[in-house]
Amino acid sequence: MERPLTGNMKPDRQPLTLKEYEEVGGYQAVHKALRMAPPDIVDAVKNSNLRGRGGAGFPTGIKWSFMPMGSDVPRPKYLICNADEMEPGTFKDRLLLEGNPHQLLEGMIVSAYALNVDIAYIFLRWEYRLAAERIERAIAEAYENYYLGKNILRSDYSLELRLHVSAGRYICGEETALLNALEGKRAIPRAKPPHPQVSGLWGKPTIVNNTETLCNIPHIITKGVEWYKGLSHTKDGGTKIYGMSGKVKRPGAWELPMGTSMKELLEVHAGGMKEGYQFRGILPGGASTDFLVEEHLDVPMDYDSVQKAGSRMGTGQMIVLDHKTCPVGMALNLERFFARESCGLCTPCREGLPWIAMILQAIEEGEGQPGDVEILEQQCRLLGPGNTFCALAPGAVEPLQSALKYFREDFERGISGRRNARGKRAHDNSWRRFTLTTNPTK
Amino acid sequence: MLTEEERRDIEREILQNERKRAAAVEVLKIVQKHRGWVSDEIHDLAGILEMTPAELDAVATFYSLIFRKPVGKHVILVCDSVSCWVMGYEKILDQLTSRLGIGLNETSADGQFTLLPVACLGACDRAPAMMIDEMLYTYLTPEKIDGILEKYR
Amino acid sequence: MATIYIDNKPYEVKDGQNLLQACLFLGFNIPYFCWHPAMHSVGACRQCAVKQFRDEKDTRGKIVMSCMTPAADGARISIDDPEVKEFRASVIEWLMLNHPHDCPVCDEGGECHLQDMTVMTGHSYRRTRFRKRTHRNQCLGPFLNHEMNRCIQCYRCVRFYCDYAGGRDLNVFGSHHHVYFGRYEDGILENEFSGNLVEVCPTGVFTDKTLKKHYTRKWDLQTAPSVCVHCGLGCNTIPGERYGKLRRILNRYNGEVNGYFLCDRGRFGYEFVNSKERIREPLIRNKDNGALEPASEERVLGHLSNILYFGAKVIGIGSPRASLEANFALRTLVGPERFFPGISEKEHQLTSAAIEILRKGPARTPSLRDVALSDAVFILGEDVINTAPLLGLALRQSVRQKPMEMVKRLNIPLWDDAAAREVIQHEKGPLFIAATHGTKLDEIAARTYNGSPDDLARLGFAVAHALDPSAPAVPDIGEDLIPLAQSIADSLKSAGSPLIISGMSTGSEAVLHAAATIVWALCRDNGNAALSFVMNECNSIGLGLMSGGSMNGAFDLNKAFDLVEEGKVDAAIVLENDLYRREDREKAERFFERCKHVIVIDHLFNNTAAKAEVVLPAGTFAESDGTLVNNEGRAQRFYQAFVPEGGIQESWRWLRDAMTASRRPVQWQSLDHVLSAMANEMPVFRTVAEIAPPAGFRIAGQKIPRQPHRYSGRTSIHANISVHEQKPPDDSDSALSFSMEGYEGMPPAPFITRFWSPGWNSVQAVNKFHCEVGGPLHGADPGKRLMEPTVSGEISYFQKVPQAFEPRKDELLMVPLHHIFGSEELSVLSPAIAERTPKPYLAISREDAGRLQVDQESELEIVISGRTYRLRGIINPSLPRGVAGLPVLAGLEGITLPAWGRVGRKA
Ligand SMILES: Cc1cc2nc3c(=O)[nH]c(=O)nc-3n(C[C@H](O)[C@H](O)[C@H](O)COP(=O)(O)O)c2cc1C
Ligand code: SF4
Ligand code: FES
Repeated sequence: MERPLTGNMKPDRQPLTLKEYEEVGGYQAVHKALRMAPPDIVDAVKNSNLRGRGGAGFPTGIKWSFMPMGSDVPRPKYLICNADEMEPGTFKDRLLLEGNPHQLLEGMIVSAYALNVDIAYIFLRWEYRLAAERIERAIAEAYENYYLGKNILRSDYSLELRLHVSAGRYICGEETALLNALEGKRAIPRAKPPHPQVSGLWGKPTIVNNTETLCNIPHIITKGVEWYKGLSHTKDGGTKIYGMSGKVKRPGAWELPMGTSMKELLEVHAGGMKEGYQFRGILPGGASTDFLVEEHLDVPMDYDSVQKAGSRMGTGQMIVLDHKTCPVGMALNLERFFARESCGLCTPCREGLPWIAMILQAIEEGEGQPGDVEILEQQCRLLGPGNTFCALAPGAVEPLQSALKYFREDFERGISGRRNARGKRAHDNSWRRFTLTTNPTK
Repeated sequence: MLTEEERRDIEREILQNERKRAAAVEVLKIVQKHRGWVSDEIHDLAGILEMTPAELDAVATFYSLIFRKPVGKHVILVCDSVSCWVMGYEKILDQLTSRLGIGLNETSADGQFTLLPVACLGACDRAPAMMIDEMLYTYLTPEKIDGILEKYR
Repeated sequence: MATIYIDNKPYEVKDGQNLLQACLFLGFNIPYFCWHPAMHSVGACRQCAVKQFRDEKDTRGKIVMSCMTPAADGARISIDDPEVKEFRASVIEWLMLNHPHDCPVCDEGGECHLQDMTVMTGHSYRRTRFRKRTHRNQCLGPFLNHEMNRCIQCYRCVRFYCDYAGGRDLNVFGSHHHVYFGRYEDGILENEFSGNLVEVCPTGVFTDKTLKKHYTRKWDLQTAPSVCVHCGLGCNTIPGERYGKLRRILNRYNGEVNGYFLCDRGRFGYEFVNSKERIREPLIRNKDNGALEPASEERVLGHLSNILYFGAKVIGIGSPRASLEANFALRTLVGPERFFPGISEKEHQLTSAAIEILRKGPARTPSLRDVALSDAVFILGEDVINTAPLLGLALRQSVRQKPMEMVKRLNIPLWDDAAAREVIQHEKGPLFIAATHGTKLDEIAARTYNGSPDDLARLGFAVAHALDPSAPAVPDIGEDLIPLAQSIADSLKSAGSPLIISGMSTGSEAVLHAAATIVWALCRDNGNAALSFVMNECNSIGLGLMSGGSMNGAFDLNKAFDLVEEGKVDAAIVLENDLYRREDREKAERFFERCKHVIVIDHLFNNTAAKAEVVLPAGTFAESDGTLVNNEGRAQRFYQAFVPEGGIQESWRWLRDAMTASRRPVQWQSLDHVLSAMANEMPVFRTVAEIAPPAGFRIAGQKIPRQPHRYSGRTSIHANISVHEQKPPDDSDSALSFSMEGYEGMPPAPFITRFWSPGWNSVQAVNKFHCEVGGPLHGADPGKRLMEPTVSGEISYFQKVPQAFEPRKDELLMVPLHHIFGSEELSVLSPAIAERTPKPYLAISREDAGRLQVDQESELEIVISGRTYRLRGIINPSLPRGVAGLPVLAGLEGITLPAWGRVGRKA
C-alpha cells in the first residue's frame, strides 16, 4: 500500500531536511512543473479527482479553474494554505506540518506556479508552535535553494512565501474569515459571492486550500493522474489521512486509500474499542458532522458515501462515542465550543448556539423542561445551511440533530428533574464568563 | 511605553507586511510576548500602525490569544474540546483547579498561572492535552499534573 | 425592468436591486435590521429572509436573505411561506434572548424599529428562561446616551460611523455573543455626524441625550416639516415640540439634499429655541431709566406708528438668517432702495460674485446627491466639515465613486456593501483639497495644499490654465505648484462628473474667480462639470437674490451706516440680525449712537437688541413659516412646528403690523399673500409659491395634522387655567393643522410632518415615502431651484490672477477658522453644542511660532483693526508661514477676515 503523504516521514517524526526530502524524490514536482504550462497542471489536478481536504470536499481542480488567468487580471494574486486546523477531533494537518513541511512547500510552489500566483501564505494557528518552528526552517531552506524567491530554479517564475501565525479563534479557518485575519482585521467571514478566487486577499484573486490538499499536489504531478486515482478505493482520488480518537485501543492517524471503511478504521487501525467500552456512535469527520451509529460502520469513508449515510466526511477525523459517555454531555461540549467560537456577526449563530448550549446544560444537569428537546430540534433546523452567514452554525448543529435522532432517550431523561446518564451535575459555565479576551470595557 | 526592543521587533514585523494594518495581530503578539498581555500599549501600537486605539482594540479583543487583561507568568491552555472531553478533560481540569486554587479564566494568587480553555489542540490521539506557554503536554492524567506544574513553580 | 413573482403574483421592478429593496418599495413588509437604505446590505442579521424558488415547479424552495439576493428577472419568492415566517420570528426570538425588554423606560419606545419588527414577525411568547448577558455603558459626551444591553448586534452603528461617516473612535469589540459597540474608553464621540446613530440604531442603544433632558414620546410630539438654519446647505428636518418646548430634531429625508442624515450641529443646535435669552414679548425702552420694558402689543404698535409715520426716512436691515418672506416684508415696508442686506461689504461682494457666477454659467451647481456621485473633486479654500458639514459627508461618499468601477467590473452588485468594500479596500477616488489650513477631510484626499487665500487662487488659476491654455497663466508660479496643478487638472479632466467646491471662507473674491475659471475650463468638453459654493448662512443666497437685483451689488451694511452717519435716516429696522457680528464694533456702536430710532425684530437677546428702542419678539424657524434658499439655489419651505406662548409672532407679521400701524398700504393676511406679492415684485421668486400647495389645500376636505393620531391630547397640564380642553390654534398660513385631527394617509412631500406608516413607528418608515432607495419622495423632493445657469457659448474667463503671497515682517495675515460647534450664531446657545465649543485661540504656523518664540498654549496679544485681543496660542503646522488662523467664535465676532494683525507674546 502506497502512502505518498506520510510514507517518507521518519519514525521519530523529526522533519525531513531539504536534503533528505530531495533524496526521497522531493521537489521533483517543482522541477517538472516549471517545464509544464500552468493550464496543464490545473488540468492534471482536475483529472485527478482530488477533493479539498479542508472539510467541504470541493474538487480542487474546479476551484482552481475559477482563478482568473492572463495578463490583465488584478495583481498580485495569492495562494493561501489553510493550516488553521481547529476542528475538534482533527489532527491530520499537524502531522503533515510537523512531519514534512517541505512536502507542503513543494505543493504550494507547484500550485502557485499553476495559478500564476505572486505571493503565498501559510496561515497557521498559534498553538502549533513546533510546526511553526519547522515551517520557518523549511522556508529558509527553500529560499536558500532557490525553490522560493525571485526566478525559482532560474525560471521566469517568482514566488514569495510567508508564514502567518494567527492568534486563536476557530472561525479563522473559514476561508473568507481567514482573509480578514490575514489583513489584520477581525476574522469575520465575508459573503460569497464574490468568491475569493475573484476578490480575495486585499480584494485580489486568491485561492485557499487546506494543508492536506496541497500536500497531494506534488505527487499528482510527479507520479501522474492515473497512478493517483489508483490509490483510491473510490472515484475520489488519492489517499486520505484518517484519524480516530475516543475510547479506542490505538487512537491515531493513518494514511489509507480513500474509501476505506469505517469498520476497518475502527477495528484494524484503531485496534477496536478499549477494554470495557462499547461502541455507541461516531462523528465521522470532525466535530461538525452528524453522528453515525453501528449500522453505518460498513460505509466507505469517501465524500459521497458518508453523505449518503446521513453525515459528512468532513476532515475524515473520527471521534468515537462509547456507551459510558453521555451523548447529552458530548453534545453540550460540542455546542459550547461552537457557541464560543462564533464570530458574532449573524444572529442565528451568535444567539442561537448559546441558547442551545444553555438548554443542553440544563438537560445535562437534569433540569430540562418539557419542550426543551423540541426547541433543540427546531433550532437545529433553523440553523441549517443557507440560514446563517457562513457554514459554522450549520456544521455546529449537525452533531446535535443526529444525537437527538439516535440518542433521544438520553436527552429526555434530563427533562424535569431526572438525572443524566452518569447521574452527575457537572458543568461550570465557564464559557459564559471568559472575560480575559472578550470584555472590551476592561 | 514600548521598549526599544519591542519597537525594533515591531518595525521589522511591519516591513514583512503589505500594509501596515495587516501587521496588527503580529504586533500585538510581540508586545504580549514581552509583557504577557497587552495593556495601554494599544495606544502606542495604534500610532505605529496608523490606526486608532478603537480600531486596534477591535482587532485585539476578537482574538482569544491576545490577552487584554493581565495573565500569570505561565498561561495554561487546557483543551476543552470533544476528544479531550471524552478522554477525561474534566478530571484534568478538576486537578488543575484544585492544585492552583483557581477556576478557568482566573490567575493564581501568586501570579504564577492563568488557566484558560482552548479550542482543540489537534492532539486528540494523545488526549487529554494542554499547553503551558509554548509547550504541549499530552496523555494527561490527574497524577501527572502535579509533576508538570512543579516544573513551573 | 425585471419581473419578479412574489407569492405567485408578478411585479415589475427596476433592474439592479436586491429583493429586499424591491419588495419594500413595492409596499411589502419584510422585516430587516442590518440593511439600511444608505448603507445597503451585509447580510448579518438574517431578519429579511424570504423563500426563493427555482421555477414554477419548485415547491420546496430555499430560504435566502432578500437583502443579499438580486431581484433578477423571473425570480420567484414567497414572503408568506410558513417556514420562512417561522425563521423570521425566530430571528426576533434570538435577538430577544438578551434584549432587556425595557421598552417602558427606553427612550426609543414607541419609535423603535426592533419593536416594529417584533410585532411584524409575530413573535410574542418568551421561551427562554436563562440569564441575559449584560454590558457596561459608556459616557459618550453631550449628544448621545449609550445603553449597550439593548443592542441587537446589527452592526449598523459601526457601518455608519466608520464606513460611511469616516469616524474612527467607535468600533466593535469582542466576539461571539459578547460583541460590544462603543469607544475604546469613555469619551466624546468625535465624528461630526454621530447624532445619526440615534436614527441608524434600530433600538435604544444610542439615543438623543438632549431629548432626554426634556423627554417626550414620539407620539406626543407635534411636528412639522422644517429646514435647518445652522449652515447654508438647508438640510430638511423635523423639529418636535411639546408644551411650548422644542424637544428634538430628526432628519427629514430629501433625496436631493440631505438624504438620510444630518450633522450634529443641525441635530443638536435646536435648543436656542428654548433659550433663556429668548425675547418673548415686545419691549420698549423707558426714556427715564433707559431700560427695556415689556409693553403690550397695542402700545408697541402705537409707538411704531409714531416712529414709522408715512414719510419718515426709514431704512431696513435684512438678514441672511431670516426667511425670504421676512426680508421681503421689510423691503416692502422701507422700499427697495432703503433695504440693506445686513451683511458686511466683503460678504456682500462675495455673495454677489458667487450668485453671478452661478447664474451666468455654464457650470451648474449640484445638489448634495450630485456631490456624492462626483468622481473627482477639487476643494478650493473651504473647510467643509466645519462650514457645511453635510457636504463633507457627501464628499466621503464621492471618493468611493471611482473605485466602484472595479466593483462593477467584477459584476458585484453595488448594494453588496461588504463585498464592495473588500474590493475597494483602501482605494479612493481623486479628492484634492487646497485650503488655508489642514482640514479633517485631508485624510481622504489624494493631495492637499495649504496656502494664503491669494496662493489658493493662484493654484486654482494654474489648474484652469493646465486645463485650457487660453485661461490666464499664473505669473511667477512656483516650481512645486506646476505638477500639483497638472495632476489636479488631469484628474478632473478624466472624470465623468468633476466637481469644484469653493466658498465664502477665505473671504477672497479671487478664490471664487479661480474656482469658476476651473469649472468653466472643464465645461468646454464636459457638460457635467459642476461648481458648488459654500455659503455662510441659511438664506445667504436668498438674501443675495433679493438685494442683488435692485442694488447692483452696491448696497451693504456700510452703506446703511453711511446714510445714518450722514443724518439721512430717521429710523432703522434691524431684522433678525446682530450687527456686532457683521462689522467692527466701533462702526456698530457709532450706528446705534447716531440712529434716532432703532427697531429690532429678533428671537434672541443679543448686543443689537440691547441697543434698540423697540424690540419685537420674532418666531424662530420652529415658530414660523417661511422660505430659505440654500447654497444650491434651492428654495425650501419650513413650517411652524408650534405656536409659541407670549407675544412672539413671525417677523413678517410684525412688519405687516408695523406697516398697517404706520398706514402703509398692505393687505397681507396669510403667508400666501406675502408669497404672491413677492412673486409679483421679483421674478426670481416666481416659483417660490409653488414649493408647496397653498394654505387652502385639503385632502378629502381635511388638513394635514401636525400631531400623530396617538397624541395624548387630554392632559392636566393646563388644568390650572381651565379644565376644558383648549381649542387648538388655527393655522391660516398652511394646510397643516395644530391638532391630531386631519388626513391620516400619506401627505404630499412638502407636508411630511413625520415618517410613519402602519406597522412602522420608527424613522425606518421613511422607506414608505419614496419609490426607490435614495430616490425622490413620492411626488418629488420638495424645493425649487431658483438658479440655473443661463448662458452657453463663449466663456470669458476671469483674468485677474493675484500676486503671490508675501509674508510680512511684523504682521500675520489672519484667516478665519470655522468650527462646526461654535462658529454659528444660534446653535452655540444650545447647551450640548456649547459644551463642544472650543475656547478662543490663535493658530499660528510652526515657523512663525519659532520666530515669535511662542509655545503651545502660551498667551498672546493680538492687535487687529485697532483692537487688542488676548488669546492662547496654538501651533498648527499646516498653516503656511505668515498666515495665522483666527477662529470664528463668540468673543471674536465682528472682525472682517482676512486681515493683517500684529501678534506678540503677552508682556
Ligand atoms: C467554521 C469553519 C472552520 C473551518 N476551518 C478550517 C480549517 O481549520 N482548516 C481548513 O483547511 N479548512 C477549514 N474550513 C474550510 C475552509 O473554509 C475551506 O473550505 C478550506 O480551507 C478549503 O480548502 P480545500 O478546498 O483544500 O478543502 C473551515 C470552514 C468553516 C466553515
Ligand atoms: S448598537 Fe444599535 S446599531 Fe449598533 S449593533 Fe447594536 S443595535 Fe445595531
Ligand atoms: S437585512 Fe438582510 S440580513 Fe440583515
